[in-house]
Amino acid sequence: MKLLMFIPLFLLGACDGGLWNNPYPANDKNVGDKGQSVFYTVFTERPKHLDPAQAYSENEYIFLAQIYQPPLQYHYLKRPYTLIPQAASEMPNVVYLDKNNRPLPASAPAEQVAYSLYEIHLRKDLKYQPHPAFALNAQGKPEYIGLSKEVLSKYYLLGDFSHTGSRDVTAADYVYQIKRLVHPAIHTPISGLMSEYIVGLKDYAVTLQKAQQVMQGQYLDLNKYALDGVEVVDAHTYRIKVYGKYPQFAYWLAMPFFSPMPAEADQFYAQDGMQQHNLTLDWWPVGSGPYYLSENNPNQRMALSHNPNYSGEVYPNEGEAGDREAGLLADAGKPLPLIDKVVFSLEKETIPYWNKFLQGYYDAAGISSDSFDQAVSVGVGGEANVTDEMRKQGISLSTSVATSTLYMGFNFLDATVGGDSEKARKLRRAISIVVDYEEFISIFANGRGVSAQSPLPPGIFGYREGESGLNHYVYDWVNGGPKRKSITEAKLLLSEAGYPNGLDEKTGQPLVIYLDTTATGVGSKSRLDWLRKQLDKINIQLVPRATDYNRFQDKIRRGDTQMFYFGWNADYPDPENFLFLLYGPQGKVDKGGENASNYSNPEFDRLFEQMKNVPNSPARQLIIDRMLEILRRDSPWLWGYHPKDYVLHHSWLHNSKPNKMANNNLKYLRIDDPQRDALRKQWNQPLLWPLWLLGISILASGWWLWRILRKREEAR
Amino acid sequence: MITYLIRRILYAIPILIGVNLLTFALFFVINTPDDMARMQLGMKRVTPDAIEKWKQQRGYDKPLLFNSQAAGTKKLTDTIFFQKSASMFIFDFGYSDDGRSISREISTRMFPSLVIALPTFVVGLLLYITFALLMALFRGTMLDIAGVTVCVILMSISSLFYIIGGQFLVSKLWHWVPISGYAGGMDSLRFILLPVLIGIVSGIGASSRWYRTIFLEEVGRDYVRTARAKGLSELRVLFRHVLKNAMIPILTGVVAVIPLLFMGSLLTESFFGIPGLGSYTIDAIQAQDFGVVRAMVFLGSVLYIVGLILTDISYTVVDPRVRLQ
Repeated sequence: MKLLMFIPLFLLGACDGGLWNNPYPANDKNVGDKGQSVFYTVFTERPKHLDPAQAYSENEYIFLAQIYQPPLQYHYLKRPYTLIPQAASEMPNVVYLDKNNRPLPASAPAEQVAYSLYEIHLRKDLKYQPHPAFALNAQGKPEYIGLSKEVLSKYYLLGDFSHTGSRDVTAADYVYQIKRLVHPAIHTPISGLMSEYIVGLKDYAVTLQKAQQVMQGQYLDLNKYALDGVEVVDAHTYRIKVYGKYPQFAYWLAMPFFSPMPAEADQFYAQDGMQQHNLTLDWWPVGSGPYYLSENNPNQRMALSHNPNYSGEVYPNEGEAGDREAGLLADAGKPLPLIDKVVFSLEKETIPYWNKFLQGYYDAAGISSDSFDQAVSVGVGGEANVTDEMRKQGISLSTSVATSTLYMGFNFLDATVGGDSEKARKLRRAISIVVDYEEFISIFANGRGVSAQSPLPPGIFGYREGESGLNHYVYDWVNGGPKRKSITEAKLLLSEAGYPNGLDEKTGQPLVIYLDTTATGVGSKSRLDWLRKQLDKINIQLVPRATDYNRFQDKIRRGDTQMFYFGWNADYPDPENFLFLLYGPQGKVDKGGENASNYSNPEFDRLFEQMKNVPNSPARQLIIDRMLEILRRDSPWLWGYHPKDYVLHHSWLHNSKPNKMANNNLKYLRIDDPQRDALRKQWNQPLLWPLWLLGISILASGWWLWRILRKREEAR
Repeated sequence: MITYLIRRILYAIPILIGVNLLTFALFFVINTPDDMARMQLGMKRVTPDAIEKWKQQRGYDKPLLFNSQAAGTKKLTDTIFFQKSASMFIFDFGYSDDGRSISREISTRMFPSLVIALPTFVVGLLLYITFALLMALFRGTMLDIAGVTVCVILMSISSLFYIIGGQFLVSKLWHWVPISGYAGGMDSLRFILLPVLIGIVSGIGASSRWYRTIFLEEVGRDYVRTARAKGLSELRVLFRHVLKNAMIPILTGVVAVIPLLFMGSLLTESFFGIPGLGSYTIDAIQAQDFGVVRAMVFLGSVLYIVGLILTDISYTVVDPRVRLQ
């Protein structure tokens, strides 16, 4: 009982401001010093890689994009997404060359262009974060490079190294990183792709492979091996030579793959004894961006702190229409970053995440299906807004359509649903009509999605709004909006496909279609039942084949499917990044590419090759229109839907605007810390009466039992 | 006793090899090294070359159990099984698929697991025994019936309900403690209070009923009657004599699990964001990280064997008639 009475004292003593439920102890310097502006957010899955040559997923980029500075970035406010310089002082200068390396005019047709030469000029004020790899001893030599394993055995954290240093970012660092893309000990997801484009990269991979065999696991100094297609011009200029015309290359220059990497860092972490203590470049990045990783505990919490060596970037002073009215230009011209620290807490479960957001301990949150009704009300016109409960707390909602597409593919190699015969086309179209994606979005995604008319999501060049962007094979334009074609039309198509009333006209057997899916959980059953019901409208029997992820991938690779669920998240905002998913030479079975449907249409392929080299223009729009018409006619996918992201944020968070391409958004955010502190106190005062009631109940029960016992003893 | 202990330790070696072989077989029946590579490399732009490179770097490019291409003993040693298993017997667990040292992870995650598991175990044990003794004390009365009914109700509720309900009531409505999270030092008290409380409450039903049965068996024995006849109070009879004599069955269940406290709780750690070994294991299973899974199974087996040996030793402590030979 005494212990129970002391608990509140412990709780009070343990945290700041008397808030017992505060998950951020004030005396913990890792979560922000007094006077610092701190942004509190979550990560739901521990990142696998923090090496910019290896990382490729969103949960990794949320850290890396704040730490590293690739040459380019996306404008935070402007739409459509626009590339602007980041580490570069200006947009890259591109020179086209013929096969004899002679310059060609900018308007030269793609067939004549043998190489494109990207010359990148860097800003001269770039400087790395303080890091022990740069520390120099009294003789001016690296202090922590060339240490023995015994010496290194006492270092477990970067903070254990007492000295740090820094230096200017140079063009050589960018070149070094490009070389790392084919380092034999590193898996770079885009190494294959880049080897096809960057001149000499493929041969360079072979050279490094041989060199590493000789080195037997020792540090491989990439500076000793030259790469033909990449050249350091001077300390702040470098050139990249790519094969042919590849306008999409500029987008890659905005991704962490092309960040600067100081050779010292690579050498520092390559020392024997480092990896045993989890001190690797894959876990402790060395960047020049607005933040550096100050705490790295992926099991619990990660924190980014303001890089003291970062400067030279200001909040944008222009955006798209409505941004000024929304207050998004209030901080125009202010030096970035606007917050000092970002604390990421690991939240694997949605319930604690949601409740902590409501208590004010997270500044922004996504919405899970469980809490959707509590957070969002959908108006008669379909517009989403926060509920009164949320509004009272000052919580606001921002929505944006993701640059991704979730679809169901038909396997073109399948004898029933595949192929380019008119019958197969009609069968696919009939199925496309009956699977009511509007209903699916409403039931299973809480309305968070837009039915797809093609692979291109809104916001990507080539996407058309309204009737001109309608898939006329599945929808009619009625009363100013799309209306799915009738079941009667679907039945007619099915009949023309050789399955009148769902029966094979040759055998009389019912048409059975198999769907491969990784959805094996209890929650997936309702989705599969729904899908079965959709096909049942035209008497097609759907048989879901639920399987684990590995088996599913294996089936896709072997082309052993009929229909399957798949999705794609854009690497960059260009139609090429979606349309290549249906490009013949990307066929999964034949080429091991990304075309999981194994769709192949020579005309589409020809147009794709033409389109990918053309800059965004009316001419490119016309090519894309033609390509989309072919795709809609052939229907290799049920186009599915483009998910909508809903993000809630508290009133003290400013400058939050969804940007689905840029990941380096944290530097633009601003927090009103006094307001947050006041509201947290108001919302989280502990309720004491249950504690007293509990104490009194325990005392009373103990006294009562004692009395009964005494009576029994006396009676003996 | 020393001979006995040495014999038990030697017995443990084939058991551990067997467990290791079983884990290996079960894991690779479901996953191939290619599957593991694909899981790690993600969904986008994964080429067959990348898969081969991943396997080569991590030693998964060798045959599973028998290398027919190799000569001599290498037929057995140049295999995934041998390469991945042999070092574990000197507690060198190697690296996880994301390149982190497993031994270091275990050593850092062990403490948070213990911080939750140890108080839950100790306080829980004391509470369950006390509650069971009280039920035995009031056996046959309305209090006993009410106690048993409460136990049945408590053991019928899912542990997930305790967690979600506890978080809702204690953290969300009453604002007493953080909903989830963890901190080091004295501040950890605020974070462990709720998971420990929930761990204790969720165990009351099953444990107290079990102990009550043990105590009821004891209270009918002659020595208890003799103690009562000598005029000892009921409380003294129960806490001094019955409890002591009921220790053997209690120890059988309790001592064996003490070493396993290091392994943490899968569900509690996941829901409360405790960076312990339980959540480490569950993450590894989801990520198909064989390195971590085999290390945790191996460690669990070692700790279980240690627990069984400790149980045997504890018998000699509570019952002088027991000799380990």
